[in-house]
Amino acid sequence: MTASRPPEQLLHPRPEGLYCPAGDFFIDPVRPVPRAMITHGHADHARAGHGTVWASPQTLDIMAIRYGEAFCDTRIPVEGQTEAGGIRVAFTPAGHVLGSCQITVDDGSTAITVSGDYARADNPACAPFQLAPCDIFVTEATFGLPVFNHPAPLSEIEKLLRSVAAQPDRCHLVGAYALGKAQRVIALLRQAGWEQPIYIHGALQRLCDYHIEQGIDLGDLRPATTGDGKAAFKGQIILGPPSAFAATWAQRFPDPVICFASGWMQVRARARQRGVELPLILSDHADWQDLTRTIQELAPQQVWVTHGREDALVRWCELNQIAARPLRLVGYEEEAD
Amino acid sequence: MQSFARVLEQLAFTPSRNGKIAHLVEAFRSMPDPERGYALAAFTGDLALRNVTPSLLRGLVAEETDAELFRLSYEFVGDLAETVALIWPHSGTVADMPLTDAVEELAATAKAELPALIARRLTHMTPSQRYAYLKLATGGLRVGVSAQLARTALARFGGVEVTEIEELWHGLSPPYLPLFAWLEGGEKPVSLAAAPFRPVMLSTATNLDDLAEFAPADFTAEWKWDGIRVQAVNDSGTRRLYSRTGEDISRSFPDVIGALNFEGTLDGELLVKRGGGIAPFGDLQKRLGRKKPGKAILASHPAAFRAYDLLFWNGEDWRTRPLVQRQTRLRDVVAELSDPRIDLSPALAFASWQELAELRANPPESVVEGVMIKRRGSAYVAGRKRGNWFKWKHDPMLVDAVMLYAQRGHGKRSGYYSDFTFGVWQGNHLVPVGKAYFGFTDAELKELDRFVRNNTTDRFGPVRAVKPELVLEVAFEGLNQSSRHKSGLAMRFPRINRIRTDKPASEAGTLDELKQLL
Repeated sequence: MTASRPPEQLLHPRPEGLYCPAGDFFIDPVRPVPRAMITHGHADHARAGHGTVWASPQTLDIMAIRYGEAFCDTRIPVEGQTEAGGIRVAFTPAGHVLGSCQITVDDGSTAITVSGDYARADNPACAPFQLAPCDIFVTEATFGLPVFNHPAPLSEIEKLLRSVAAQPDRCHLVGAYALGKAQRVIALLRQAGWEQPIYIHGALQRLCDYHIEQGIDLGDLRPATTGDGKAAFKGQIILGPPSAFAATWAQRFPDPVICFASGWMQVRARARQRGVELPLILSDHADWQDLTRTIQELAPQQVWVTHGREDALVRWCELNQIAARPLRLVGYEEEAD
Repeated sequence: MQSFARVLEQLAFTPSRNGKIAHLVEAFRSMPDPERGYALAAFTGDLALRNVTPSLLRGLVAEETDAELFRLSYEFVGDLAETVALIWPHSGTVADMPLTDAVEELAATAKAELPALIARRLTHMTPSQRYAYLKLATGGLRVGVSAQLARTALARFGGVEVTEIEELWHGLSPPYLPLFAWLEGGEKPVSLAAAPFRPVMLSTATNLDDLAEFAPADFTAEWKWDGIRVQAVNDSGTRRLYSRTGEDISRSFPDVIGALNFEGTLDGELLVKRGGGIAPFGDLQKRLGRKKPGKAILASHPAAFRAYDLLFWNGEDWRTRPLVQRQTRLRDVVAELSDPRIDLSPALAFASWQELAELRANPPESVVEGVMIKRRGSAYVAGRKRGNWFKWKHDPMLVDAVMLYAQRGHGKRSGYYSDFTFGVWQGNHLVPVGKAYFGFTDAELKELDRFVRNNTTDRFGPVRAVKPELVLEVAFEGLNQSSRHKSGLAMRFPRINRIRTDKPASEAGTLDELKQLL
């Protein structure tokens, strides 16, 4: 990095999202642009209506499933390295959801890695996170507070199975977002030895099918329809998107134990606010330990902190003599996990 | 600590009373002695570890974490013990410290040594164990379990009546080994406590139709006073005032305690009495909230005891004798005491149920909730046994109110909007006056749920604001003045009586009309 060219020239925020003028593209833009590079398929990062979209093949597939085949004009699948307008761009697995990547832009003098959303905990439903060396690390900070230290995923799944065993007359209704979290919960349940059918809300079907196509074993999945009557759900595990819990859909189950699989469940008040009876601390984001460990391992010259609790992570960087500043990007959902 | 931490977690997130009882029963079954006894004491508030204060915790964490990071975290989490449990930056090998050791060690440690001890312990715990440990140390578990709920779970666990446990309770102390031994089939402990609580006799609800099968001449009747039911005891100089579930409330009522100049156990109603009249229930509530009432409130809100029954007198158990004998003795006793703080609940004269109905319709004072009807020959029997004592409450008050907000239920009501906040008119505005979540049938619940979904105007988490269009006839047992509510009123036992789809919202009740019922 030369002193004469500030790194902001390579990448800086604009209302549409992070913009790279030299390559003339945005990363995860929140409104339609001619050229977009997409880290992963969650709706606040991957939107329909762009001209050309660079993304991992799986992210492109997921966008097509969600928005239809015509979600953009041109798709450019990227595995590893590519080039756009003379700028080298590298896609590195982020461990967040299937197809998720970090994006590194490199003009030959400065390399900036945009983490997108990332996670380092075990996740049988996607490729594991890899470090993407850089001069500047643009990190997410969804769980950027030292109180977030997420427990081992399987221990939370065991908590769920204990509760299922202890309350055989009730069913367990697990809220999990449709892309990533749902498949991860299912895959973890299978790892933990739960071999019975798992019932899913219709909104999860296509993305679960896609994960199966991609070789992720989800076992016997069945639609959570009322064909066999309420009693058929006793002792069963049912997954649905959290929004479905407020819908009449939830009325079909017998005395359900409301569970929610999310990193936010670590804070009791959060779980109670949502009316959750069994909180499952399962996050697709890096917790505080992993956020700080990743910065230490990458040892970048600068850290830019974006969506989430920027202040605390910037403060931690200061305490550890790492140059850092908040990068306030608009349009991303802080709460979704 | 692990099993205690797990129970705390289950209780904190289980909304229903029955669900909480089930978790407690399971805990009593699975935890060994003396662990479960200390856990029980933590729930009933009988574990007095008074030295661990919030400021001690703050000081502790200030030495270990950056102040700014702690501030940001505390702001987000909102609970001090929870923030400390989650943010604690050290971890050692986790050894599951038995609850017993934790309690005994905290109790035995001098105040100055506490911070270092707690810091050492926190390091060797998981976050959820730390949370349990800190809640235990600071008191106040805040998991929605009252002492009475814990005793109810104990009774369920042991297959005994809760009244038996209430009776023994004040003679027992943590970790309650004889109690658990009895509940698991051993010998019942003998209470050695002075001035013990005796389980209270309760009534069942009745009405004119149900009374038809009984002969009026077999019963006596008296007013049902709107205070709190208490038991007043003087046992060789040890004086106690108990609530009807056996909570010792003596400290809050030194004026009544001072008047117990007898040797025996009386059943009655605690009231605030002013100038010969009975003050509204709200005045008594003010007294209940004070653990150590000052001179001013003792003077402005003087408490009194209105006697209903006599259980023990001069060392003799009167409970098996017929009611009329006990009442005759009680009349003499109150006359002999001749203390304005102790009087008698007078008997009502009636020859037929119709005559009693007329009396009930015209009570002498507004703090009457209805009439009590008691079988003349009945013994004083613990609990609610049908056929001896009846309560015939006055008809509920009614108001037509407009539904303003609805909240989703849980358990069997998952997915249904089943908790409704309603309001009445104050000028051109609707002010919320109460919240009700029962009184409707399953079919009506579906109808209410449908209305909420089709008329939502705003959402706040599990709560929805609705178009102020649906009129609900709300029944309630009484009104209190309340500075905590925007309307200045608090309803007692509000419930949805009817859905008034026939009535436009503009014709719903007003705040002024409600206030006239005060």
